[in-house]
Amino acid sequence: MLSRVAESIYWMSRYISRAENVARVVGVNSQLQLQMPALAEDQWDPMVQVTGDEAAFRAAYDGPTRSSVIEFLTFDANNPNSIVSCLTRARENARSVREIISSEMWEAINTFYLFLQAPGARQRAMADAHAFFQHVQRSSYQIEGAKNETMEHGDGWHFSRLGQYLERGDQTTRILDTKYYLLLPSPEHVGKPIDDLQWTALLRSASAFEAYRRTHGRVAASAVASFLVLNREFPRSVHHCVIEAQTSLHAVTGTPLRRYANSAERALGRLVADLDYTDIADVIRTGLHDFLDSIQDRLNGVGSEITRTFFAPPRRTDGPG
Amino acid sequence: MNFNGYDVGDFYDEMFLPEGTPRPEARALVDRIEGLPEGEFVRRHTAAEQALLNTGITFTVYGDEAGTERIFPFDVVPRIISHDTWAPIERGLRQRVEALNHFIDDVYHERRIVRDGVVPAEVVESSQGYRTECIGLDPPRGIWCHITGTDLVRDRDGTIYVLEDNLRCPSGVSYVLENRAVMTETFPIVFEGLGVRPVQDYPSRLLTMLEEVAPEGASRPSVALLTPGVFNSAYFEHSFLAQQMGIELVEGRDLDVVDDRLQMRTTHGYEPVDVLYRRIDDDFLDPTCFRADSLLGVPGLMELYQRGRVTLVNAPGTGVADDKVVYSYVPEMIRYYLDQDPILPNVPTYLCWRTDDRRYVLDHLAELVVKPANESGGYGLLIGPAASAGQLRDFAQRIAAEPRNYIAQPTLGLSRVPTRVEQRFEGRHVDLRPYILFGRDCYVLPGGLTRVALRKGSLVVNSSQGGGSKDTWVLAPPAKA
Repeated sequence: MLSRVAESIYWMSRYISRAENVARVVGVNSQLQLQMPALAEDQWDPMVQVTGDEAAFRAAYDGPTRSSVIEFLTFDANNPNSIVSCLTRARENARSVREIISSEMWEAINTFYLFLQAPGARQRAMADAHAFFQHVQRSSYQIEGAKNETMEHGDGWHFSRLGQYLERGDQTTRILDTKYYLLLPSPEHVGKPIDDLQWTALLRSASAFEAYRRTHGRVAASAVASFLVLNREFPRSVHHCVIEAQTSLHAVTGTPLRRYANSAERALGRLVADLDYTDIADVIRTGLHDFLDSIQDRLNGVGSEITRTFFAPPRRTDGPG
Repeated sequence: MNFNGYDVGDFYDEMFLPEGTPRPEARALVDRIEGLPEGEFVRRHTAAEQALLNTGITFTVYGDEAGTERIFPFDVVPRIISHDTWAPIERGLRQRVEALNHFIDDVYHERRIVRDGVVPAEVVESSQGYRTECIGLDPPRGIWCHITGTDLVRDRDGTIYVLEDNLRCPSGVSYVLENRAVMTETFPIVFEGLGVRPVQDYPSRLLTMLEEVAPEGASRPSVALLTPGVFNSAYFEHSFLAQQMGIELVEGRDLDVVDDRLQMRTTHGYEPVDVLYRRIDDDFLDPTCFRADSLLGVPGLMELYQRGRVTLVNAPGTGVADDKVVYSYVPEMIRYYLDQDPILPNVPTYLCWRTDDRRYVLDHLAELVVKPANESGGYGLLIGPAASAGQLRDFAQRIAAEPRNYIAQPTLGLSRVPTRVEQRFEGRHVDLRPYILFGRDCYVLPGGLTRVALRKGSLVVNSSQGGGSKDTWVLAPPAKA
């Protein structure tokens, strides 16, 4: 597959994943606000932190309110990580590879984009956030479905999964990280009734609540962290994400697992192996925040190695004959 | 909706006879449209437009900053062409393309046609598409113009003329295929059982042709389509054709000349390309040979091509025949190379570099259409009857300054097809661009792109100038009784 095409597919999938994730966080928090009106306004601040674009937000808006945060995270074209910005770039990438992704997949992306651009989209998001962000999530599922059912499971598909899972893993660490600060300012806060609602919301934003219940039962901070970081089977857990990314990376190169033929395989392999043998007590000993920080750094590192290995290898040309 | 009160006007109407009854080939279609339940036609039309929007069938308008992507307007009333009308068009196009290919090959070799005094040397050499780099080259199978889009128009009296030959990178075929797909999806009732000849096999035929012209020795040739990139106005078509053919869509930055071959940069290292269907002009192909500032091409590509290491489609230098002055000699070419009478007539053309012609043109400017010899896309055109005094003066000066650059033709009363305007049908002017593929055989796509001038009274059908398109139905020959 062309290097340029692989890169576009990879970024297309990262951006779609990122947009979906913003919708999850905003949608769930809009719901949470209904249940906890007293805390309402405090809820919006950490959502800006999730994206890492706090400074840009503070520069452009008066303060974190429901409408300013929804605007910033969803529609603001100046925010590179808003849903609209992500979808615009995802679509640009998709447009440049539409001969490789299937027609169905392109159409799903284009329809998603047109939904966000439609007149009245902003009003709908403000008036009925739940329905709006659900629609965004469903649009992402639709793309995913079209991708899996209509695109051949070759290199393009694997590069898409690579982008998707690396992005998702990164997003999960971010959700967890901000909530961790909010929810555990000091150990004695643990166990108060309010935490239960907050942690439940956190799990819901990762669609993890039901699966968590079946695995761990009662909601407890360390179990939630364990579930979202170390669970091998849950599709949004960091561990699961890096395992899936690794599967696709090795499918592209044909290198057997547990060996490496390039720096991307090496960086990702080491990360997977570390998570294979980590338990939650190790995480708590390191401190969840520091631990998540290091995971984010290493995911970034994997991304750089993928670029170096596949997207921008050195050129070789015949000299002037 | 129905056709009651439809006015055929003072033009040839493709669907109705002058007295207002449907032409025989259109009768069934008219009945079906009129038989639709109230409101159904408009509903389906809206659905068709939505389908085009969702599939993102768009083109880019240059010089328009906000929303550079537009949907190519689509009118749902098809244009019908009977078998008897189509058969001579098809033969005429084959004849024409064959003669043009002879001409291009001759220009870059012996120039018999110039020596024999049929076409003046200065006409050849002043054509913008003439490339000295191509002298003496022998492309595989001797084919230069692999893909041609020839524009046809029908005058008031029903005569079909050739308006121009597009031999560089003719575009629009993707709309033919998409229009047909949208029609069969949203209007199956209207379409069914009428015996419309299929067009959906075009990508297979194109791919076959591209493989047939691979350099000798390439056993399973690798074919790629070269696009200027996502910002080009025809990008949708490039990606659509690459997808339909299952070939790589490449940009210049994806290609290098390595180990004496053209190669693509892939995630598994370099992979060779044998045939490059290039959708960029000669000028941009290779900065070491043509325009040095081109970032779209591949350094070293021309040298590789000259040595027969890669096939370029269409061949560089083909543009020599994509010139409106050269066009006026095509009937002579047909007689000269094929010893046949032309089946399709040219529009009578005045060449402004000829003194007599120029005098006539300047005297009759207000009746004529004046065209620059080398522009496409409907840019730089003067339509005399519609022009202001200032525009006429301006063009008179331009013609006097650069006579070689201008030709003039009588203003034809282009034929019309009923077109939906709100809740009724009105006649709108159309042209027709059939596509001809020249490989081992010469194939003419039945029908082609019908472009329609959506503005009332307008004769300009280009998409950049307010034109839209229609599905074009060439009917199969009636079953023998």
